[in-house]
Amino acid sequence: MTATVRGTAASMPRPDYATLIQSDRVHGSLYTSEQIFAEELERIWYRTWVYIGHASEVPEPGDYVRKSVGPQDLIMTRDRDGGLHVLLNRCAHRANLVCEDARGNSKSFRCPYHGWTYRNTGELIGYPYRQGYEGNGKLDLAMGRVPRVDSYHGFVFGSFAADGPTLAEHLGAAAGEIDRLARLSPDGQVQLNAGWLKHRTRANWKLLAENETDGYHPQFVHSSIFSVTGSPIAALYSDKSSAVTRNLGNGHSENDLRPEFRNFGEPMRWFGTTQARVPDYVARMREVHGEAAEQILVEGAPHVMIFPNLFIAEIQVFVIQPLSAGECIQHSTAVQLKGAPELNKRMVSQSIGSVGPAGMLLADDTEMYERNQRGVAMLQPEWLDLRRGLHRERVDERGLTIGTATDETAMRGFWSHYRTLMEAAA
Amino acid sequence: MTAVAVSELDLRQIEQFLYREARYADEHDYDAWEALWTDDALYWVPAGADAVDPTSQMSVIYDNRSRISTRLKQLRTGKRHSQSPPSSLRRVISNVEVLSGEVLSGEVLSGEVLSGEVPDGQVPGGEVPGVEMRGGGGAETIVGANFMLAESRARGTEIWAGRTTYRLRVVDGEIRLAYKKVLLVNCDQPLPTLAFLI
Ligand code: FES
Ligand SMILES: [Fe+2]
Repeated sequence: MTATVRGTAASMPRPDYATLIQSDRVHGSLYTSEQIFAEELERIWYRTWVYIGHASEVPEPGDYVRKSVGPQDLIMTRDRDGGLHVLLNRCAHRANLVCEDARGNSKSFRCPYHGWTYRNTGELIGYPYRQGYEGNGKLDLAMGRVPRVDSYHGFVFGSFAADGPTLAEHLGAAAGEIDRLARLSPDGQVQLNAGWLKHRTRANWKLLAENETDGYHPQFVHSSIFSVTGSPIAALYSDKSSAVTRNLGNGHSENDLRPEFRNFGEPMRWFGTTQARVPDYVARMREVHGEAAEQILVEGAPHVMIFPNLFIAEIQVFVIQPLSAGECIQHSTAVQLKGAPELNKRMVSQSIGSVGPAGMLLADDTEMYERNQRGVAMLQPEWLDLRRGLHRERVDERGLTIGTATDETAMRGFWSHYRTLMEAAA
Repeated sequence: MTAVAVSELDLRQIEQFLYREARYADEHDYDAWEALWTDDALYWVPAGADAVDPTSQMSVIYDNRSRISTRLKQLRTGKRHSQSPPSSLRRVISNVEVLSGEVLSGEVLSGEVLSGEVPDGQVPGGEVPGVEMRGGGGAETIVGANFMLAESRARGTEIWAGRTTYRLRVVDGEIRLAYKKVLLVNCDQPLPTLAFLI
């Protein structure tokens, strides 16, 4: 599939991204063109840092878990020394899938087709009937590996490019948001071990990435559930909200809800509860953090989109997996905080209610994505408007561009970085 | 519907109940569907093929009675976009089997439904559970059935299929649904939006 797509890309003139992506609008073909999708695979998904999995999914030596980036089927493994590896699930002999299990523990993988066996680092250990090749049992072949793998607070990222910016450079200001999440664990550790929902979505992946920090839509798309539950979330994304939308650079963005929570100054309000209902957790946080605990408990978790595929929405984590110009899969799970059992079950329960195919929030976002994808195929007016809040953008004390809670500052940041990557030399 | 005594709960009555529940769901008759449930209801659609603890692992749906009510209220607003307009649905229920008849359920365990361990009426590799001790008291009948469901909406047509486990209880002379677990054949695969009642 990839080969065909690449062939198409090579045989056609390259799109003019400077025309398609302007500071106040983007062209509809960016969501529908398979040629552009093929270029995105090459220039974004197979080049920049992309989120792959979490270290807590492979806690023990020998653990492995299947993961995916775009159409690439990957195996994230932990070797006997604790090192993390990301292998491409493809046999070096005749390209069969080496691993069919979703997860497990093994020092090695044996390809079912002709029995070639690989260490969990991707190295070829052996093959049956040694006399069939010169070299006395040794062959200079191995499973493919994602060449650069690095992690931050257990969030494992990979880059298919041998060279390029470091993960720290890529994350930039977004790293601080992951810090904020980890700090909510009394042990300082996030775990993503509650399993994943997989939501098939007939829409271009960028509609999702843009929506994640769009503070304009919740009042409308989610009014059905907000009205039924009397949720205070609605107010966070209103015209009167003191929350801000921040362009974190490198395509990352956030809805910074802290100004709203600071106004209330109530610990655990961000989690929709009170400290009285999670006494052990707040006690442990105060024990660990001392005076700093109050601020952490009031300000809560981040709402951050990390370009191009990781979205941390307070107590949920989403991973976007693009399959084609018109289809992607949303993977979602509940955040689990080490040392916070009181919160963890609640986070699973709340996440089940909110996300995934039947989620009382995400099913409606997804309905919007899919209708958006149908709409963008209409011929006129060709462009998607990105101007909201452009006239009132400011630069904050960190030098980052911010808009109000409902402004499209995040989308403009997304597209600016996207354009840089798409225009870069092949 | 005529009142039934516990001892009279036979396959024919059970089937009639399952078909009615299916019709209410197909026709988006939320009031009638909601009235079928007991107060300690549990409605579960697992994700992934493994038998997992739904209090610590993600499920597609894991609703206690209060969340069933919230889900239905959201649908009734008419602004649940993923069901507005509603999917056009028809399902067929077949292979109905009584897996365990009229066992006496345990003492009242109210409030524990979402936090405690949930017996799921199925064991890996087998079908018939032992005596199930859970619920609001009274006799329970555990029933298994297969289903096939066609869903049409503007996005296209989806075929849903799976195995449903029901726990039925007679309350005030009427059959009520205490538990419904829907194990989709493709629950380990990416699923499209599932915003209707399955
Ligand atoms: S393709 Fe894997 S051993 Fe032949
Ligand atoms: Fe949303």
